[in-house]
Amino acid sequence: MADGAQPLGTWLRLAAGGAAALVAALTVVPLGAVLARAGGVVMLGPADWAAVRFTLLQSTLSAAISLALAIPVARALARRQFPGRGLLITLLGAPFILPVVVAVMGILAIFGRGGLFNDGVAALGYGRISIYGLGGVVLAHVFFNLPLAVRLLLQGWLAIPAERFRLAAALGFGPAEVARHLERPMLKALAPGIFATVFLLCLTSFATALILGGGPRATTVELAIYQAFRFDFDLARAAALASLQLALCAVTALAAARFAVPAAFGTGLDRPFARWDAQGSARRWLDAGLIGIPALFLLAPLAAVVLSGMPGLVSLPAPVWKAAGRSALVAATSTGLTLALALPMALAVARSGRARTLEAAGMLPLATSALVTGTGLFLILRPLASPAALALPVTVAVNAVMALPFALRSLTPPARDLEAGYGRLAQSLGLTGLARLRLLTLPRLRRPLGFAAGLTAALSMGDLGVIALFADSDRATLPLELYRLMGAYRMEDAAGAAVLLLALSLAAFWLLDRGGRADAGT
Amino acid sequence: MRTTQVSTLIVAGSLAAAPAAAAPVLTVYTYDSFVAEWGPGPAVELAFEADCGCDLQFVATGDGAALLARLLLEGAATDADVVLGLDTSLTARAAASDLFAPRPATAASFALPLEWTDPTFLPYDWGWFAFVYDKTLVDTVPADFEALAASDLKIVIEDPRSSTPGLGLLLWVKRAYGDRAAEIWQGLADNIVTVTPGWSEAYGLFLEGEADMVLSYTTSPAYHLIAEGDDTKAAAPFAEGHYLQVEVAAKLKSTRNSELADRFLNFMTTEAFQSVIPGTNWMYPAVTPADGLPKGFETLIQPEKTLLFPPEEAVSVRDPALAEWQTALSR
Repeated sequence: MADGAQPLGTWLRLAAGGAAALVAALTVVPLGAVLARAGGVVMLGPADWAAVRFTLLQSTLSAAISLALAIPVARALARRQFPGRGLLITLLGAPFILPVVVAVMGILAIFGRGGLFNDGVAALGYGRISIYGLGGVVLAHVFFNLPLAVRLLLQGWLAIPAERFRLAAALGFGPAEVARHLERPMLKALAPGIFATVFLLCLTSFATALILGGGPRATTVELAIYQAFRFDFDLARAAALASLQLALCAVTALAAARFAVPAAFGTGLDRPFARWDAQGSARRWLDAGLIGIPALFLLAPLAAVVLSGMPGLVSLPAPVWKAAGRSALVAATSTGLTLALALPMALAVARSGRARTLEAAGMLPLATSALVTGTGLFLILRPLASPAALALPVTVAVNAVMALPFALRSLTPPARDLEAGYGRLAQSLGLTGLARLRLLTLPRLRRPLGFAAGLTAALSMGDLGVIALFADSDRATLPLELYRLMGAYRMEDAAGAAVLLLALSLAAFWLLDRGGRADAGT
Repeated sequence: MRTTQVSTLIVAGSLAAAPAAAAPVLTVYTYDSFVAEWGPGPAVELAFEADCGCDLQFVATGDGAALLARLLLEGAATDADVVLGLDTSLTARAAASDLFAPRPATAASFALPLEWTDPTFLPYDWGWFAFVYDKTLVDTVPADFEALAASDLKIVIEDPRSSTPGLGLLLWVKRAYGDRAAEIWQGLADNIVTVTPGWSEAYGLFLEGEADMVLSYTTSPAYHLIAEGDDTKAAAPFAEGHYLQVEVAAKLKSTRNSELADRFLNFMTTEAFQSVIPGTNWMYPAVTPADGLPKGFETLIQPEKTLLFPPEEAVSVRDPALAEWQTALSR
């Protein structure tokens, strides 16, 4: 988009620079603090390299399969209207925002040794299938990330102006021609970034990989960090592993930014969609299957979580409700902060031709080790104030930065389209500063902003993140409270708390995302 | 009316808090589940503050291993006066840090299965590791590790690299079988459904029916019996003996409240503290309360043989034992 490059205003430059600095302060600086305390790094041993290999293998497979499945699903969702579609799309986002342990329990209730799926297989007279192993790890990661990939792609489909589909219909395009002229260019712009996002998410997976991997074969880099920190208190090795993880992230993010080919559809008049290319009953049945089967795959484990939690929900102890209130507050604050960081960064990336470094910086939080970040922040902040007093502010800041990559993934492509379509006009009209933000930027980016806000709110509601080193019992968030219940044999209360968490996250996501889509007419 | 009530409450609250604010503060670092509403923390705080003329403040950090990590990070600059919640797999490393002071002499007689002589760490509760199962689902209960390995029972265990019970199992097998430990792990490999990062996940999977047995404690069935009225859970007695976990507390060298810290450590061996432990921490109290253990504890298995490595040896066998474990389970 070099030809669309425009000068950055002073305010935008400052805001984007500030946002990038905060990202660095919460990713690279804590790592530096751990390194400084450790007095250097050590060489990694063969077991560490085995962990690196396994991590790369499972992340690549998980990202490739998630993306490959997401494309037909998002395509089917983009071209079909049916009652309950909005609700379904919201619900499909749920796996992504659940705490890992809860989601894993849900998956095992369906696909585990004693799960429904295996009961069905056994009833048909076949032997039970063991989920544990590389297959289980990838299955769980697809469960977590397929919905995210679908949502990000769906946005891409909805961003193709309705006029282009009209023109396609007037020219007599069938699905193959629509795919070649409209859908493939859109995918080329979005797919590399989505692949990189899912890949990086899986890179730092730890509990999922260990539980579903079935044992030490499934050792990931994050588990190796955990071991170095807790088992050996070897900060040098933990820091070396975390640096490697961050370097992998930087390479992946830069590569994704390089491979992404911006689409150029121009702008439209925001008319409602009509898809003339997808008629015929065979295609309708195909799409029904493409939506129905993944929906079943994603919703069955959630239903298991809800069913097992309902009995515990009514009798939840008072601290759980207080923790829920605290989590809602944290989520609201982090959401505001994330948007304040993401919007200037996305606009700066969109307006300047050479912003790959800024774009890559926005991806860094994905590959930071929560344990190392928490430890580093603890080392930096403890001389300044009591860790307990900082628990909630630190949680807010970390959650906001952790959600930033998703907000950017959602905001950057539409911001590019916005600048390509309206940038010059705005410039020739002298539309700058707040007026441009109010009259052009916010209205045009309303949909991705709503989605980004919803995702951030839901993520920070469910994220355990780095609070463990800081928190004391009076400041626990809902996910932390859930883990505490589980740690005290109170599995029924924990299951109830999980339903509460799921409901709160989905409600936050639905409210904000819906707010963003109010103008869409679909 | 409501405003009046609220402000009355505030005034009453600040009056009640006023003497405490001037009193010395004793800071005790512990793990999360100790201070939870359903843990021992609230009752312990109430009882100690009743006559110490002080303000007892708990600071909770994750689990035992996270607790030690935090102390090592803070070093001599720590705010902690007392640490409560390390266990026998961590004490050697904790002692090596040189952060801790000798414990006060105590007249209490410990009800531990082993004689306790450690000069620094004070035991406050203990338990044996054991495999827990559902009596209604498991017909033939294995009598030792070899029988378990030969059976087709499925078990879920914790990872020794990230969890204390996981490390306990590793040391248990090593203590019981020495050079044959690798062989035992190879035999167990096909029984292990999966390995979890911590106790909570493993126990959750067991309750969901993913495995027939889970590595937990001999006291786990007491929770189900006493808190839930469910008598279907039991621990399997193993002929090799059971590995012991002792939870301990210690005073920090850097404390500025040395006398108060000693007073708290002594308080930990008294009735007021020890009687709270069984029904909240679900472990055996280090000093048996005058009224004995809560009803229900008498149904638990009593292993005849107790296994434990001395702290230094536990550290030296750990790495080779972990390597054996990883090799056996990675095939």
